Amino acid sequence: MAAPVLALEGLEFQWPGRAGFALQVPGFQLLPGETVLLLGESGSGKSTLLPLICGTLLATRGTVRVAGTDLADLSGGQRDRFRAEQIGVIFQQFNLLPFGTVADNILLPLRFAPDRRRRAGDGRARALMLCRALGLPEAVLSARAGTLSVGQQQRVAVARALIGEPPLLVADEPTSALDAGTQAAFLDLLFEQARACGSALLMVSHDPRLAARFDRVLQMEDIAHSKRGGA
Amino acid sequence: MILRLAIASLFARALTVGMTILAIALSVALFLGVEKVRTGAKASFADTISGTDLIVGARSGAVQLLLYSVFRIGNATNNITWESYQDIAARPEVKWSVPISLGDSHRQFRVMGTTTGFFDHYRYRQGRALALRDGAVMTDLFDTVIGADVAATLGYRLGDPIVVAHGLASFAEHKDQPFRVAGILEKTGTPVDRTVIVSLEAIEAIHVDWRSGAKIPGQTTSAEVLRGMDLQPKAVTAVLLGVESPLRTFALQRAINDYPQEPLLAILPGVALQELWGIVGIAETALLAVSAMVVVTALIGMMATIFSSLNERRREMAIFRAMGARPAVILALLVLEAVLMAACGAGVGLGLLYAGLIVAQPMVDSAFGLWLPIEAPTLRELWVMGAVVCAGAIVSTLPAIRAYRLSLADGMMVRT
Ligand SMILES: Nc1ncnc2c1ncn2[C@@H]1O[C@H](COP(=O)(O)OP(=O)(O)O)[C@@H](O)[C@H]1O
Ligand SMILES: [Mg+2]
Repeated sequence: MAAPVLALEGLEFQWPGRAGFALQVPGFQLLPGETVLLLGESGSGKSTLLPLICGTLLATRGTVRVAGTDLADLSGGQRDRFRAEQIGVIFQQFNLLPFGTVADNILLPLRFAPDRRRRAGDGRARALMLCRALGLPEAVLSARAGTLSVGQQQRVAVARALIGEPPLLVADEPTSALDAGTQAAFLDLLFEQARACGSALLMVSHDPRLAARFDRVLQMEDIAHSKRGGA
Repeated sequence: MILRLAIASLFARALTVGMTILAIALSVALFLGVEKVRTGAKASFADTISGTDLIVGARSGAVQLLLYSVFRIGNATNNITWESYQDIAARPEVKWSVPISLGDSHRQFRVMGTTTGFFDHYRYRQGRALALRDGAVMTDLFDTVIGADVAATLGYRLGDPIVVAHGLASFAEHKDQPFRVAGILEKTGTPVDRTVIVSLEAIEAIHVDWRSGAKIPGQTTSAEVLRGMDLQPKAVTAVLLGVESPLRTFALQRAINDYPQEPLLAILPGVALQELWGIVGIAETALLAVSAMVVVTALIGMMATIFSSLNERRREMAIFRAMGARPAVILALLVLEAVLMAACGAGVGLGLLYAGLIVAQPMVDSAFGLWLPIEAPTLRELWVMGAVVCAGAIVSTLPAIRAYRLSLADGMMVRT
């Protein structure tokens, strides 16, 4: 079995403050190319887990390994670079810098990740290919991101997450801002391209209707204990 | 690409950013304008008199002597007797001497009695000599040479008659003496422009029928009789001196200050000008300080704008962080933004300054005799602009540090 692209072990985190929300993940693994949906109620800590994986939040205890590297071994700057190199991130909404062009937005992570930039080759050509594959018109590249519809913006966010083929994609309810019809088309494209890039996908959502397409579906309660009010 | 994004971000907020830039531009233009007027004034001030090594007057203050002898402001408390003047003029160190006699006026302009030596030796603006635009220097007892402003204000032309009044703002005019305009000087930007110059003898002639400021009743001496009289003055107000060798200046100054027969004062014009500028300079420094405060205000306005934009831009920063930007990039981005705004402001401010100069230059010149040169930005101006940009960067570190903290705390998600 291949080494997991993501491995959480004995993870503990608590938001600051006495009543801060606390999250514990005893163990969780994600294999290369695997697609996993993590379902949980609103407030169950899904959106807290993702920055822990990305290294913008630091666990108080336990380890987060991404592509074999323990994030705790890296300095702040190294972690930021590592995130840019290894992880594609898709938010719920407001993914893009509205004043930048679509091309600017797609190429942004490459700016902070030299290796990924090398992998992407001709960034603009690659961005164009991704846009086409995601059903975006070519002209969109030079449009200002803020002028796009929400659905288009989410697809641009996918292109940005996939450029340079990072081994891990994390997505935080990327479909919740879309209507039902667009959701399905969006997920089709996301899966197709993630597979084409060979990236593993970890998506968190509260919506069980998405479950069908994933290799594995987990409930937050299965992998994590959360506590409100801390201890 | 980061620079391009920063610029795009500024453009996306064109209205507030434009206002901020405009505020900075206006403040910079004001500051540079004040600076320009200040240096222009200082230069034309220091250029008022040159080539004269010493100015001699009755003992008083150096600044007072300079004020009445050169700037025609205020009055001499005492005169120098003709004998003392002769004594000093005859000293071996003295190369040339020009006596001047003040105290009369023509309309709002002062009348100065002197010798034609004045036209040979008076220098301004780094050694420039007086030049006649029209006519010639005094040859007749009743000839006058008038400054450019006198001619312009009163509309005088060659040959026009002039009535000289005794004392300043006095209504008792010397109606009897038929002075006429013999020459008109080119504009100099110095007090000479506002002076009516006559011979020393003419000053005497005016006062023949006068005793202690009042006309002797019934006495009128005709011009013809005056021409025949001995009009050697008994006193002069001040003397301009040139020395044989600059090395002797101080010795001569000491000798005059120690002159036993009469309490006299000799001053170095350059030193006195500096002393006077030191007094005038307080106002000028205050003005500069006020305009500097305006610049500071504009920069603080910019800081406030950046602060208030932070909240709505937390998402933007979260995106940068999620894409792998270090928090330092967030900090740098905001400072860069401030630097761009400050630089634009400084640039536009310089543009405004030049536009203002082009419009105001002729007006300022004709109204105040102050020539504000339109030239490439001086090193000092570039320094000022650089300082504004630096100050913009410094000021922006406060909101930038706050953004840094926020983006560290937010990680890559903004709580909604
Ligand atoms: N930046 C934050 N600071 C403090 N507490 C937070 C922050 N973000 C989220 N939380 C807390 O974490 C808990 C889980 O929130 P979140 O991870 O957003 O859940 P979900 O994404 O599953 O809805 C919430 O109770 C919230 O109060
Ligand atoms: Mg959430």
